[in-house]
Amino acid sequence: MLTTLFFLSSGLFLGWSLGANDAANIFGTAVGTKMIKFKTAAFICSVFIIIGAVVSGAGASHTLGKLGAVNELAGAFIVALAAAITVMWMTKAGLPVSTSQAIVGAIIGWNLFSHTETSMDSLSKIVGTWIFSPILSATLAFVLFHIVKRIVERSKIHLLHLDSYTRIGLLVVGAFGSYSLGANNIGNVMGVFIASSPFKDIALADLFQISSTQQLFLIGGIAIAVGVFTYSKKVMMTVGSGIFKLSPVTALVVVLASSITLFLFASQGLYNFLTSHHLPAFPLVPVSSSQAVVGSVMGISLAKGGRNLNFKKLGHISMGWIVTPVGSAILAYVALFFMQNVFMQNVFK
Amino acid sequence: MNFFSSKAKQLEGDIDGYLDRVTTAGLIFLEGVRAYVAGKPDKFERNFKEISTLESDADDIRRDIKHKLYTYMLIPESRGDVLGLLETMDDIVDICEKVLEQFSIETPEIPEFLKSDFIELAELSSKAVEEVVKGARAFFREIAMVSNYVNKVHFYEHEADDVEEHLKRAAFNSDEIERFSHKVHMRYFAEKIAAVSDVAESVAERLSVYAIKRRI
Repeated sequence: MLTTLFFLSSGLFLGWSLGANDAANIFGTAVGTKMIKFKTAAFICSVFIIIGAVVSGAGASHTLGKLGAVNELAGAFIVALAAAITVMWMTKAGLPVSTSQAIVGAIIGWNLFSHTETSMDSLSKIVGTWIFSPILSATLAFVLFHIVKRIVERSKIHLLHLDSYTRIGLLVVGAFGSYSLGANNIGNVMGVFIASSPFKDIALADLFQISSTQQLFLIGGIAIAVGVFTYSKKVMMTVGSGIFKLSPVTALVVVLASSITLFLFASQGLYNFLTSHHLPAFPLVPVSSSQAVVGSVMGISLAKGGRNLNFKKLGHISMGWIVTPVGSAILAYVALFFMQNVFMQNVFK
Repeated sequence: MNFFSSKAKQLEGDIDGYLDRVTTAGLIFLEGVRAYVAGKPDKFERNFKEISTLESDADDIRRDIKHKLYTYMLIPESRGDVLGLLETMDDIVDICEKVLEQFSIETPEIPEFLKSDFIELAELSSKAVEEVVKGARAFFREIAMVSNYVNKVHFYEHEADDVEEHLKRAAFNSDEIERFSHKVHMRYFAEKIAAVSDVAESVAERLSVYAIKRRI
């Protein structure tokens, strides 16, 4: 049990840092501008991240599994650790980073080390989605912005009502965003442990079953929640006071557009519905919530006539698509070598 | 949800009531100046009394709104803006009262040839007040219209400046007014009446900044 916990710890650490960083993408503006109390935000965020992870986390994780099924617990430990360290390093260096990109790099590192062939089909699907997600998010924000603007202007709603609706909206959309974040990103945290999961399925009074994967996701979700409670406040305050200078309603649109983007790339229900009706479905791939938010903000800028469009940020995003996975892959490769030859652990079967 | 909306309705009503009083203050101010210039001291004193009651009444409502705003689910930044707006609006009511008070205490002697200028000046100031209140209402309901009203305030303030200058020149160039102190007295009242439009303009300035911040 202790060994299991030890090997899971790198994933839990990755989960913690995801919670610390990414919760701000959903509740940052609301908390940073004191529209919502941190405690309320942290509670809602944690609960819905866990629900999203357990209920709908399988889809995006499955895609990661197809990219490379890490089949030894020690190997999974290193893969998650390499991703976590990459995230930590890049955060410290002030570079935009995404757990999704770090974990994909680390999995490829494992594939190279274990001489497993990387599925080019999965990889291109994943990378394609990374490029597409900020664009989709920008498009959604652009459209939503115009709709909301028209509604607010036509309804001549009183500022006081508008404010209370905005606050309630931020809570509801925040809950939806947290659910989507949990569903979309739990794969990053726990996905690599699925193939070597130490847990057994549990049946509760014959009513419903909690699979071993769901148990993993529950633990990962809790780790994310701990990250939200212990460290995300700092990040939220920075987001609220620094980068965003948005009106409350615009902030709501940004969060909504980003949440929908995360949801589309995580919802198995939608995927099944679309494919069963022979419609093109969104691939279930873990994407970066930060990049979705940056995409939304750009969508808003475009809707306002292209003012304040930050091209440097666009450059940063595309740099992240390459630098993060490559760095993470190299780190994973080196660490796997050490684990195998210094600590004498099997890192693959 | 119902709880919030009933509270919001009440607060909305309070704010509307407060803005009504600011408009009324501008109108009473105009009527007061008219009565004074027309040599109707009884009516003038009635107006002065009215505006004094109105001023303390407006103060009470404003304080009440302030308390309610803090218990209401308003976005903190909006709360600051709403309070700031109401507080500067209060300056308008104050100055309207003060001007009539000065008339009541100092009883300036207004020569016939300056009467129309004084009335015109009071009319322009009162207009500026009226427009700035419309702007404030737009801030709460139809933000895109704020700049329209702000422009009108600027216009009336500018017109008031012109009339003020004209009035002062007429006073100082005239042989009809013999004493220099009398000329200075006329200048003083011209400046006081024009100051109402100046205060309206500074409220309008604030209003346009708040509107930019809130624009979606």
